[in-house]
Amino acid sequence: MNLLAYFRSLAARFFCRSQIENDVEEELRSHIQHRADDLEHSGLNRTEAERRARIEFGGHARFKEESREALGGNLIATSIQDVRYSLRLLRKSPGFTIAAVLTLAMAISANTVVFSVLNALILRPLDVPHPESLYTIEHRKNISLEFSHPDYLDMRDHNRSFDSLAAYNNSQAGLDTGGNPSRAFVDEVSGNYFDVFGIQPYLGRFFHASDDHGPNSAPYIVLNYAYWHSHFQDDRAVIGRTVRLNKRPFTIIGVAPRGFHGPVVFFGQDLFVPIGNVLELEGGNGLSERGFPSLLMTFGHLKAGVTKQQAIDDLNSIGSYLEKTYPKTDANMRFLLAHPFLFGDFAAPGTRAFLTSLMLLAGLILLAACANLGSLFAAHAADRSREVAMRMALGASRSRILRGLFTEALLISVIGGAAGLWSGTVLLRGLSLWQPVPKYPVHMTVYPDASVYGVAALLTFMSGFLFGAVPVRHVLQTDPYEVVKSGYRTTSGRRMTIRDLLLGVQIAICALLITSSLVAVRGMMRSLHSNFGFDPRDTMLMDTDLTMAGYRGEAVPAMQKRILDAIGATPGVTAVALADLTPLNGSMQWSIVFSSEAIDLRSSNAAANVPTYRVSPGYFRAAGTAMLSGRDFMWHDDKNGPRVAVINQEFARKLFGSVESAIGRYFKLPDGMRVQVVGVAQDGKYQTITEGPQAAMFFSILQSSSSGTTLLVRSNLDPGQLGVIMRSKLRDLDSGLPSLIQTWNKGLGVALFVPRMATISLGVLGLMGAMLSITGIFGMAAYSVSKRLKELGIRIALGAQRKEVLGAALGRAVKLLALGSAAGLILGILASRVLASIVYQATPRDPLVLAGVVLAMALLGLLATWIPAQRALSLDPSTLLREE
Amino acid sequence: MSGQAQILPGTLDLLILKAVSLGPLHGYGVLLRIGQISQQALLIEQGALYPALFRLVRQGLLKASWGTSENNRRAKFYELTAAGRKRLREETEGWNRLATAIGSALAAQPEEI
Repeated sequence: MNLLAYFRSLAARFFCRSQIENDVEEELRSHIQHRADDLEHSGLNRTEAERRARIEFGGHARFKEESREALGGNLIATSIQDVRYSLRLLRKSPGFTIAAVLTLAMAISANTVVFSVLNALILRPLDVPHPESLYTIEHRKNISLEFSHPDYLDMRDHNRSFDSLAAYNNSQAGLDTGGNPSRAFVDEVSGNYFDVFGIQPYLGRFFHASDDHGPNSAPYIVLNYAYWHSHFQDDRAVIGRTVRLNKRPFTIIGVAPRGFHGPVVFFGQDLFVPIGNVLELEGGNGLSERGFPSLLMTFGHLKAGVTKQQAIDDLNSIGSYLEKTYPKTDANMRFLLAHPFLFGDFAAPGTRAFLTSLMLLAGLILLAACANLGSLFAAHAADRSREVAMRMALGASRSRILRGLFTEALLISVIGGAAGLWSGTVLLRGLSLWQPVPKYPVHMTVYPDASVYGVAALLTFMSGFLFGAVPVRHVLQTDPYEVVKSGYRTTSGRRMTIRDLLLGVQIAICALLITSSLVAVRGMMRSLHSNFGFDPRDTMLMDTDLTMAGYRGEAVPAMQKRILDAIGATPGVTAVALADLTPLNGSMQWSIVFSSEAIDLRSSNAAANVPTYRVSPGYFRAAGTAMLSGRDFMWHDDKNGPRVAVINQEFARKLFGSVESAIGRYFKLPDGMRVQVVGVAQDGKYQTITEGPQAAMFFSILQSSSSGTTLLVRSNLDPGQLGVIMRSKLRDLDSGLPSLIQTWNKGLGVALFVPRMATISLGVLGLMGAMLSITGIFGMAAYSVSKRLKELGIRIALGAQRKEVLGAALGRAVKLLALGSAAGLILGILASRVLASIVYQATPRDPLVLAGVVLAMALLGLLATWIPAQRALSLDPSTLLREE
Repeated sequence: MSGQAQILPGTLDLLILKAVSLGPLHGYGVLLRIGQISQQALLIEQGALYPALFRLVRQGLLKASWGTSENNRRAKFYELTAAGRKRLREETEGWNRLATAIGSALAAQPEEI
């Protein structure tokens, strides 16, 4: 049928509804008149005849309704009628509507967000051709993906399993496009990188294997689409432009396709350069050294018909050849293959397990929400049983009433689902833009796509039908005569039902989550003020790498001294120092040390493997690290002086027995260099905030140079103001040196990332649990009050006190709340042991936590039972009993 | 109400078709006609007639038009369409077959088995 005609006929039917209605009405009236005529002939007067005729005709409204249905075609009209009626009902009970919509919105929102993340990280990993045959090579021994560049070249050229093998490494560089030089995340990629993916550029061209003839042969840049969008404002004329990367000229030749950001889903980059140009970028260290892990990852498509195991065997045979040929550097060359999307088997199993359990949890939340909404709905339906009975007595069919109930449920689920999807989308947008650690290019692109919207819609309708179905049995069993006559009977509901059990479990889980999140929050608060072995308060960090501005060799320490002097001269700055790295910032440098008597300097003979920091004189004062004994570094501890070190207390205890005996003693480095201990500093946290005491040492940056530079500035100035001053002073020294300036507390974000995430997710889950418990208790309390209105009315009439009325109405809900809370609290205390491994000093033996949980649960109960309690108390027995 | 029988479910449509096949009728007339042709033996709830009539119209078995009744009142008259006539023939045959079968089944004697 012509679509337009179809709609026109629909519209006609809709608008002519009243005409059809009148037609039916007139016909029925005509029937009664004819009957009355006959009755009149048989001797009745006209009035009596018409009365008799009407009675004989039967349920006028019912037959009219059935006639309308028999006429058919007005499903839309009745649906619209249902919707209008439902809206009116929902408006009449705003408490019920708000509780239901909020519960569902929250559950749908949680499911949308979790599914979207699952979808982005696991279900649709990469938008490149044939991602299923893309594999990365990992070392069997430690699941590391790193390779040296010479090893990669051998694997690439000698394997018979991959179509082609690509590799890349990530680093940062100073990008100067003519204005302000800025820090950019660079992926140094093999020449065949883009061809291995089989993708086409969005703009311009890619570089290819044929462009890469070794060091410095291809000074080309390909931009990431998002970076081109944000930093070049979609300027198409950017192709062919020459820019400076670490002060060297590079030509922009292309823009990668939209959404492409390499083989790992949670890493991004700003631009790609051929790896042959690493020499240009980093001063040439490591790329040609076999044994130096200069590549982050190698990957490629398996050839058609080659199985994973065949490929592994092939790679292992190359591995044993490498072991034989280069025994000094290549050991343990046995391999595995894994998909690269979640960084091989390094992050994949954990991420998958975490997200799957999160999805399961979200599903459970939705199910619990449906259960709660079901009981809310049952309460709502019980309230209306009189109205339903009346409608049925007046001739409404059961199916029509059920359709009304489902319309109401679907209406709530659609409103709730829409609200949930909207808030979920907002959350996902925030998550996609979020850069958890500004120092590293970690990001998650989790914008919702069509499948996310589809799943949200499906869940919405499913839950609507699920909780809409709960009161169905009740309606089907309704006997209108009984209800109208005697009011809703209290069915014997004293036994423990499944619904009670479910609610009890929900409350227990809620109490558990609240306990855990309070423990975590307290732990976090404590850890922010705990002793790290340095004092991050009132201190700014300026993070940079001098190679980004082209400094090499002797120019590095000279520039570092100039920076120190310039910033140190700022009024208000109390201490200033340099370090190559700061503790707890995510990066570590390790050194193995030997006792001074050691002769055989093989790694198996090492006395310890310790985190190592290269710092300038004044570091300990600037960092707020206490010197326990000896002295700080001096400016004369340079290349001409004897090699010295400051060690921490644990190092002293481990190698020399005590702090006092360590000063003046020596230890050895792997190259045989003897180092004298000149000072001992207090212990600190270096890798994670939950770690125990760990040996660490500090070298003078003048004796062990590093281009990686972090400036520590302790001052009594406002951080924002100091940041501006630091930036301008740095610009005066060298306008081409990009840097990241932040407070030290913010810089600790890397170390606090995992505990912070644990705290946040526990908090969010706790909040959801609380909301579910509230609607659950509310539903149950409201239901029990509705069902027992008459009984309560009689109690009040017989003189029951408020307390007794409340006890009768809400006793069960309160009992469940108390039992559930107690169980949850105990579980929470047990679970805190697990939490202690993630969050620093997480302990439930904290009066504030215990009081907080009890208070929270009490508040929650009060909130949930407030409306039903008000209703029970405000009962007027006289009206109630008269009505019944 | 002795002598009167509730009609079997599904047979109302057949009765209506039969009544109308004898000449165009309005709703109340259909009721009277059924009473007349069944010698007042079949009891039909008056209101229940109309949903059945509308259903038959929608199925295209009857057609309806407004007119004036013998009492000089406005009324809707129903008459059979071609499809309605065909349906009546089929249903009548079906009903006869069923009635014969049931009748002979109920008349069975022990010695016939």
